This record gives sequence, structure tokens and C-alpha cells, in this order.
Amino acid sequence: MMKISGFWIGIVLMLAAGFVLAGVADNQFLFFAGYVILQGLIMAVAWNVLGGFTGYVNFGSAGFFAIGAYTAIALHQFAELPLLVLIVIAGIVCGLIGLGTGYLTLRLRGVYFAIATLAMAIVFESLITNWDYVGGSAGAYVITPAEVPFFDSFIEMMFILMLVLSLICVAVSRYLSMSRMGRGLASIRDDETAAECMGVPTLRLKLISTTVMGVMMGVAGAPFPFFVTYINPLSAFDLLIAVNAIAMPMIGGTAVWFGPVIGALLLGTIQQIVTVTISSELNILIVGVVLIAFVALAPRGIVGLFQDFARKRREGGK
Amino acid sequence: MDASLFLNAIAAGILLGGFYAAVALGLSIVFGQLDIVNIAHPAFIVAGSYLVFALNGGFGLDPVIAGILLMPIFFAVGVLVYRVYYAAFERTGRESLAGLAFFFGLMFVIEVLFIIFYGVDYRLVEADYIGKQIEIGLVGIPWRMLVPFCAALAMTGAIYLFLSRTFLGRAILAVSQDRLALQLMGADPVKIKQIAFGIGIATAALAGALLIMIGPVEPTIGRLYIGRIFAIIVLGGMGSIPGTLVAALIIGLSESIVTTYIGPSWAPTVAFGFLLITLAVRPQGLFGRQ
Repeated sequence: MMKISGFWIGIVLMLAAGFVLAGVADNQFLFFAGYVILQGLIMAVAWNVLGGFTGYVNFGSAGFFAIGAYTAIALHQFAELPLLVLIVIAGIVCGLIGLGTGYLTLRLRGVYFAIATLAMAIVFESLITNWDYVGGSAGAYVITPAEVPFFDSFIEMMFILMLVLSLICVAVSRYLSMSRMGRGLASIRDDETAAECMGVPTLRLKLISTTVMGVMMGVAGAPFPFFVTYINPLSAFDLLIAVNAIAMPMIGGTAVWFGPVIGALLLGTIQQIVTVTISSELNILIVGVVLIAFVALAPRGIVGLFQDFARKRREGGK
Repeated sequence: MDASLFLNAIAAGILLGGFYAAVALGLSIVFGQLDIVNIAHPAFIVAGSYLVFALNGGFGLDPVIAGILLMPIFFAVGVLVYRVYYAAFERTGRESLAGLAFFFGLMFVIEVLFIIFYGVDYRLVEADYIGKQIEIGLVGIPWRMLVPFCAALAMTGAIYLFLSRTFLGRAILAVSQDRLALQLMGADPVKIKQIAFGIGIATAALAGALLIMIGPVEPTIGRLYIGRIFAIIVLGGMGSIPGTLVAALIIGLSESIVTTYIGPSWAPTVAFGFLLITLAVRPQGLFGRQ
């Protein structure tokens, strides 16, 4: 009971901190950087729901993200719906694609699944590039309102929106990993055939996992065109999005729900600082190098390092 | 239907397919025989392209010769990469997820290094024959496609002969079939895999030279080849060299026909279609063993 209440107090505190920041801070860049970090956080948490919990590697995260963004654009062109409605619909569309991806796991295991997701993202990119309604390869512009109710600026509202969305995603991911379902997912990761023999409904669990992943990635992508005001296939399908979605959980630790959160906050903040102070190419280089270093040297991420450290201290104290 | 258009599409498809064989060959050995999912392979090819570009611009070397000269260096790099991969992943039995992430990160680092050094501009090589073409009846065959085609066939043939005729080549096949038996025969599987991985990366040097002859290259162009390469390998039947060549020709032809009659922006979807159909209908591929 203590732990559960602790978690919810943390959620409320984060939310309150966000609102206080929105009320106090004047520097618009803070909200801009915060939005990017939180977007990365949702993608990392989403990737981990499949990759970390079940062991199926999704290289096509950028594809889901872009489909979310382009669903929002297409609906925005069609009828000027409120942003929240766009996010919900984008989540549903990406959830359905995620469900379809889940059925792929019937035939494609391990490496083949990873390659198929990567190829799938490329196909989506071809489809969007050839779809003139959403701007094709030239891209599409979005005009954002100059004034919004309750908030000082549009970007401030986007930041709070992303904060709420990411807290929801973290709560869902935590529920998935700590419930009975989480143990089922972990059994798929360790030995899928054995899990199936023991009566774990592997297909159903995998479908839930891929669908949740799709919904979260779609939700992360939907506000993106309004945030950047201009979107084209190259920016929406940016491989950096996919790499970040993998690197952040890998750095934080994939086995537990808070691993990707730690990784995303850490790597996201470093990226923002490096982009501003040095260069954006160097930022990308750092992501790659840190990813390689962590998978090679600290396979269980920062969480694993801390666990090892704690165990050594305990054993040393005896 | 326009006969000239059709014949040209076929000719271009065959030439393109031959080139694809060179691109897929290295990964066919590494992934098919050694079970190492080196998704950074296209990035190594692009690295080959840039080094060929440097040799061509700096010393006026012919791109094919430059590619061949780079092969020993790439072999050494491949051996090194395999050493790291073995020490960090294979030895501890964590190769699946962590190994994938490792190569994904490696691909990214290689790309960014070339962006930092050369920028995102497209680069070209120069040679006397690039830009000229031979006319055979209705069909025009450009030299910049014919030379890569011939070089790719030569390399594929050489690798095939090496694997099937030499002692070392057969040892590489043996390590993929039964690692334990090979160990019992007194051979060191790690050493053999190291050589095989080196050869796989060495082919990327020449493939890179061919890539930059066919068209201009920018640092992230390799990504377009990831889906294609895996489609070719799966369609050909994991690790089969003749299978890789046949599958490469099939995909090259299909892409050329799609490009001619539907539009070039749809070409990237062809490989994915083949990949999905193969995995659904005949997972062992055309020349697969099981």
C-alpha cells in the first residue's frame, strides 16, 4: 500500500511542479525543451512496453510516431477538430496498426520481427510521401492560435499537455509491469515457447502489448505538427526518434517500468544541453555512442548499475 | 505497350539486381552463416563510398580499384568489430536484443561521423566511362551500371568459390552448421567467425565503390538499403550465395518495373512486399536448406 500511494503522490507532485513552472517561468525555451524531453519520454515508455517487457524489438517507432502526427494533420485539414480529439483518434489509429504488428509476431520472431518493423516504417514513409492531401514530400503547415485560454502562451499549453500525457503513459506502463500481466509479459521475454506450454496466453498478451505501444506512440506524435508548425515526411520519420526510443530504455534499464523514465529524462536533458551549447550533430553522435557503451558494458542500464551497487554494499557490510 | 520502354526497364532491372547482390553479399555471410544481425552493414557500405570518394578525388583512382584497395582495411575493421561483439555479447549469450541495439547504435555513429566530416551534400565520383553508354538495338546500357554489375558478379562468384572450394571457406560453412562439431575437430569457431565477419565487411568496401558509381551518395542513404538487403537474404534462403544472387536479380527487376510503370517513389515498398510474402509463404526462402 505504501508504494502505491507513494507513486500517486509522485504523479501529483510532478503535475503540480509543471503548473508552477508554467505560472512562474517566462523563458519560452524551457517549455520548448521540456516538450521535446517529454515527447522522448513517452516514446521510450511506449517502446519499453513491447521491447523491454516482452523482448520484441521495434525499430519502426518513428513510423508509429509519424502516423500519429499525420493522422492529426489529415483530420486537421478535413475539419478543425480540437487537439484533444485529434490525439485520441491518432491514438486509436496507431493502436490498430500496433494490433496488426502484434499479429506479425505469430510468424516473425526475434530478428525477423525487428527487421519487419524497420521495413514497415519505410513503407509508411513511401505512402505518406505519395499522399498529396497531407502535403506529400513538400510537407504541410499548421497555423497555431496566438492566444489560448488559461495559459500564457501556446507552447506553455503544449508543455502541460505533454506532461499530462506522459504521466498517464508512465502510470499505464507501471500498471502493465506490476500486475499479473507483467509477469506474463516477462515470461514471453524469457522463453516464449515455455510460457505457452505453461498456459500463458502469449498471443493475447503480445497483442495487448503492441496495441498499447502503438497508442502511446500515436499519442506522442499527434501534437507534434502543432508543436513545430511545419511537418514533412523527413522530420516525422526521423530515425533519431526511433534511436532515442531504443536508447533511452536501454540506458535507463529495460526490465522495470521506471528504467525508460530515468533514461529519457537523463538522455533527453543531455541532448537539449548539447544541442544548444555545441551542435545538433554532436547530440546525435552522443546518443549513438552512449547507446553502444550501455548495451556493451551495462546491459541492465542505470537501474542495473544501482542494483549491483546496492548488492555489493549489502554483501560488503556483512 | 512501348517495347523500348519495357526492354529498357528489364535491362536496368538486371543491372540493378547484380549491384544489389554485391550490397547483400556481405550480410548474407554475416547474417546467413554466422547469425549476426549486422544492421549496420549498409552504413559500412556508405563508409566505403565516402572513402572511395576521397581516394577518387584525392588521387584520381578508378572507383573500382579504390574499392578493391580498401578491402583489406575493411577486413581488419570487421575483425575488430567482431572481437568487440564477441566479447560483449556472444560470449555472454546476450546477442539477441543487446546485439541488435549495438549494431543499431553503430550504424547511427557511422552515419553521424560522415555527416560531421562531409556534411549532408550528395557526393559523386569521376571516371572516364561514367556518363557514357552502349546502344544495343532499342536498349541503352550505361557504363555506370554495367561496370558495377560486372564487378558485383565477379565478387559474388569469387565468394561462392571461396566458400565451396577452399578449406577456410568450408570451415565457415561448418561453423554455421554445427559449431560444437567444429570445435571437436580441433578448430576454433571464434577465429573462423572472425575471419568470416571480416570478409563480410570487406565486401562492403567494393559495394560502396559500386554504390557511389551508380548514383550520388549522402551519409544516410544506407537506410534505404536495410529493408532491401534483408528481403534479398530472406528470399534467397539464409546464407545461400546463389540464392542471394537470384533474389537480388528478382528484386532489382521488380523495382525497375515498378519505377518505370508506377513511379520511383513506390520502389522502396517492393522489397518489403517480397519480405512479407516470403516470410508468410516460404520462410526458408528460395534456396533454403530446411
